[in-house]
Amino acid sequence: MFRPAIRRLFGIVALAGIGMPPAALAVDAAAIAHAGNGRGAAPCMACHGADGAGQAAADNPRLAGLDAAYLRKQLDDFASGTRSNPVMQPMATALSEDERHAMATYYSQLPLAMKPATALPAPDSAGAVLATRGDWSRGVPGCVQCHGPGGSGVGANFPPLAGQPASYIEAQLKAWQEGTRHNDPLQLMQHLSAALSAQDIESVAAWFAAQPVPVAETAP
Amino acid sequence: MKYVLAAFAFACGLTACTQKPAPAPAPATAAPVPKAVAAAPAPTTFSPPAESAIPAGPLGDVIRQGRDIFTDTPTHAKAYVGNGLSCSNCHLDAGRQANSAPLWGAYGVYPQYRKKNGKVNTFGERLQGCFRFSMNGKAPPLDSAEMVALETYAWWMATGAPVGKKLPGAGYPKAGFKPPQPPDYARGETVFRNNCALCHGDDGLGRQVAGRNVFPPLWGPQSFNWGAGMHQLDNAAAFIKANMPFSRGNTLSDQDAWDVAMYMDAHERPQDPRFDGSVGETRRKYHDTPMSLYGTEVQGHLLGSPTGMH
Ligand code: HEC
Ligand code: HEC
Ligand code: HEC
Ligand code: HEC
Repeated sequence: MFRPAIRRLFGIVALAGIGMPPAALAVDAAAIAHAGNGRGAAPCMACHGADGAGQAAADNPRLAGLDAAYLRKQLDDFASGTRSNPVMQPMATALSEDERHAMATYYSQLPLAMKPATALPAPDSAGAVLATRGDWSRGVPGCVQCHGPGGSGVGANFPPLAGQPASYIEAQLKAWQEGTRHNDPLQLMQHLSAALSAQDIESVAAWFAAQPVPVAETAP
Repeated sequence: MKYVLAAFAFACGLTACTQKPAPAPAPATAAPVPKAVAAAPAPTTFSPPAESAIPAGPLGDVIRQGRDIFTDTPTHAKAYVGNGLSCSNCHLDAGRQANSAPLWGAYGVYPQYRKKNGKVNTFGERLQGCFRFSMNGKAPPLDSAEMVALETYAWWMATGAPVGKKLPGAGYPKAGFKPPQPPDYARGETVFRNNCALCHGDDGLGRQVAGRNVFPPLWGPQSFNWGAGMHQLDNAAAFIKANMPFSRGNTLSDQDAWDVAMYMDAHERPQDPRFDGSVGETRRKYHDTPMSLYGTEVQGHLLGSPTGMH
């Protein structure tokens, strides 16, 4: 399930900048990232950063290096309303299907901006324990058991958490608690978010935000 | 397939259940998962000491070593494992989780007579069995550092637990857990696609990051072997019902759990280390139970045949 949609050739061709399919079909993802599509989608860069690394100060997530199928699914979910957000919903709706596909491919291929670890919370801090071991008495496994070591992400279904702004991680966990985001397979995130306190959310978000990008191979 | 259905009729005969299809069989397709609710942990009479209560000093060091072996077996007991699994893949939360054969529920019920090898097994010998079969490896000597550490960890986790008493939450919840209808491969495949493939992969081989399992394989060369407890349908169905999909235990119907257990256990995996050259003979000696598909033909393939695994 949730397998990448069959890649559409013209999106890839346009990205690679080789050949030119009929002009009407070509999607220039880099141009949209820089200048928007002129039909309501604002320049992505303005919020997600010139390198797609996000903007911590404004809760805007990193997109660079995320899996293409995951990014595509999120844009579709904003458009369909299973993920609601006043900023991104109109933006995703203003993108055509082909544009969504091209933007997802574009950001998945943007090189990841390296980020050293910032002062990591102690391994026995509440955030570290929740991230690596979870709290099974409340039905919560360690986050890294699904999101990969150090929050590096696993395939198309489990996005990286490392390198996401703490405020963004917090906002998503709260969105699941409140039901404004309900696009997760098997309701995995809705279910476990319901068991988290505001304090858990703050400490676990801080732990992931402090992880280096890319994640060191020895990460828990 | 025929064998299995017949075998189930037989098993049911013994336990006096009827062969009538259940009045309302669960839909084979993924029923939408019920609305998220805060987890209500199953009531257990025993709670093991918190991990933060492991004492300082040399005893604590060995307890911690046992925990590390248990949660990352390929790294810490390398010489004795033959696949990428860790003990905690099947005994969740580092062996603490009720209904996933927790260590605190096991420690006090050994020594125990086991039909599997026809003798009284000490706790250490029980652990050796998991190395040989579940880990597809070889048994560490009883006096090895690895074995001492694992036993010490289990002993510590059972602090305050009664000796010789089966505690609620011990083992996998097999008692009285029967499929409404005989398990079915095709239905199991549907359950698998809808509830398991997300993590264990469409091919069932799990997901690895930097060469290590994030999601363990359910069959294939890196999985448990044909001698392991998990290859038996009743163990697998009970484990899956209580613990899978991961973090959403007890959301599958009983029928779905049995169907997907059968689907999983009808795939090839490493040979039973007791194999003596003949699948039929090995089945007769070690797998003569309707709970094992070893040596039966499923989907036109003789399970356990030496050419089955590359
Ligand atoms: C005005 C600011 C803004 C602009 C412009 C913008 N975004 Fe966003 N984007 C956000 C915010 C804020 C979020 C987080 C929404 C939430 O909390 O659910 C987000 C989330 C996303 C996500 C989900 C990421 C994840 O990890 O789940 C994707 C994908 C995305 N944006 C793509 C785009 C694309 C493509 C464009 C350009 C067409 C774009 N965004 C333009 C602010 C913006
Ligand atoms: C059982 C598996 C599982 C566990 C455990 C888990 N997650 Fe997730 N998480 C997911 C899935 C699946 C998604 C993707 C949802 C989607 O497709 O929209 C996700 C998405 C997220 C996102 C959104 C990322 C983004 O880019 O928008 C955040 C934040 C998150 N998880 C935080 C956590 C935290 C914190 C924990 C531990 C307390 C945790 N998760 C544990 C499965 C899991
Ligand atoms: C592939 C899954 C799997 C793995 C991996 C695994 N086990 Fe087991 N284990 C089982 C099953 C199945 C049983 C039988 C449970 C039952 O009969 O209720 C079991 C039983 C046990 C028992 C006895 C439990 C009891 O209540 O009597 C102990 C102790 C044990 N395992 C320890 C270990 C150790 C130590 C490791 C790692 C070296 C390990 N297991 C790895 C599946 C596994
Ligand atoms: C959200 C991800 C996820 C889903 C969905 C999921 N599993 Fe698992 N499964 C895991 C993880 C992670 C482990 C290892 C648990 C641990 O180490 O704590 C595991 C362990 C197992 C094991 C024991 C270890 C092994 O590899 O033999 C079996 C058997 C299993 N799962 C079967 C299933 C079945 C059947 C389903 C579908 C009904 C399923 N799982 C759904 C993540 C998942």
